[in-house]
Amino acid sequence: MPKKRDAKKINFTSIAEVPTMPMSLGSMLWNKTGTWRNIRPEIKLEDCIQCGICWKFCPDMSILIENEWPVVDYDFCKGCGICAEECPAKCIVMVEERK
Amino acid sequence: MSKEKKMKLSLPTEELVGSGNLACQGCGATLAMRYFLKALGPKTVLCIPACCWSVIDGPYPYSCLGVPVHHSAFETAASTATGVKAGLQMTGDNETTVVAWGGDGGTFDIGLQALSGAAERNDDIIYVCYDNEAYMNTGIQRSSATPLGAWTTTTPVKFFKDQPKKDIDAIMAAHRIPYQATASISYPEDVYKKAKKAKDVKGTRFLHIYAPCPTGWKSRPEDTIKLGRMVVQNCIFPLFEVEHGEKYTLTMKPANKKPIDDYLKLQGRFRHLKPETIKVMQEAVDHEWTRLLKLCENR
Ligand SMILES: Cc1ncc(C[n+]2csc(CCOP(=O)(O)OP(=O)(O)O)c2C)c(N)n1
Ligand code: SF4
Ligand code: SF4
Ligand SMILES: [Mg+2]
Repeated sequence: MPKKRDAKKINFTSIAEVPTMPMSLGSMLWNKTGTWRNIRPEIKLEDCIQCGICWKFCPDMSILIENEWPVVDYDFCKGCGICAEECPAKCIVMVEERK
Repeated sequence: MSKEKKMKLSLPTEELVGSGNLACQGCGATLAMRYFLKALGPKTVLCIPACCWSVIDGPYPYSCLGVPVHHSAFETAASTATGVKAGLQMTGDNETTVVAWGGDGGTFDIGLQALSGAAERNDDIIYVCYDNEAYMNTGIQRSSATPLGAWTTTTPVKFFKDQPKKDIDAIMAAHRIPYQATASISYPEDVYKKAKKAKDVKGTRFLHIYAPCPTGWKSRPEDTIKLGRMVVQNCIFPLFEVEHGEKYTLTMKPANKKPIDDYLKLQGRFRHLKPETIKVMQEAVDHEWTRLLKLCENR
């Protein structure tokens, strides 16, 4: 399981907390884009050749590398299917999302 | 599973584009930024005019990017970058790379005067145009980067675009800027290499990155990488560099040039095309390709 990536939403409670210059105060990691998905990638690690191609082409930085193996972060994966399409070992399959 | 191997990674693992961003599924523009920032590193400031990327980044007070971003008006990416660079220099910072990052509409059309001004002054900025071939953020309107034959909401099927794509690379070469290059998100190592090279040059540098858009092209999100590869292999969007407007170098020679049909077939925006239009488009591609090869030989 990948380490949980998270951030808090920012709620201003008074105008005094709002910076006078509009500035970014935090990341988008609170936004779990995994909920957009209706198909999910599943990696069959026994066929994986560790080429890193899924990691390289994921537009959502949702293939993480753990102990030299690719792991999908389902909190953010939008289910585009690029990893499955590009995997040269054909070891990623897109399956219907379980609700 | 017990094979004790190392993962083969062709790019650095540092990510300056974060997850949770607002890009569509399979967005090419996001990959363009990801590879570009891997090369540029954290000592970078981005000036982003109105475009998909001003949305992808996230709403105030959030940003998915690991570098400072200055959001600017649609027509002012290059002049904003020039100003930010001058401001940093005033504070004694000569190190930070200042980048204008605009879409094709913001570059080929409305921001062209600001870009031309910066290039003419040879201001010390990198201008990146990620090219998704239309005004996507506002709902797929035609731009001068939209290719011949394409459907958009302002060039509907009956009146599909009947002008060719504007040759922005020739326009930039005419400014004799020190370094410019085209790139495609399907060749990340090439994007990375060119971005690194641009970083080390002084003066105005221009990168034109091809970035498929499933939403606007009516293509399948999983085909994004395939499209970025085909467009290069079919010689529709060749990869090359130009130094000082004169020295053209082809950076990828397609193994065997294929007809454009397969590329067109993967995109709903070309579905209406009749064989006679495709023939005209193929001839135009061949003509431009021959022209580019000559420029590369004559250097
Ligand atoms: C002066 C002005 N005119 C129009 C707009 C509306 N507008 C915002 S983004 C955009 C389209 C941007 O297209 P492009 O530069 O190709 O970027 P993309 O959205 O495709 O990434 C338009 C028309 C604006 N913000 N400012
Ligand atoms: S389906 Fe798309 S978003 Fe999900 S891990 Fe694969 S490439 Fe990344
Ligand atoms: S509309 Fe196209 S370019 Fe814009 S975020 Fe979506 S896929 Fe990316
Ligand atoms: Mg565009």
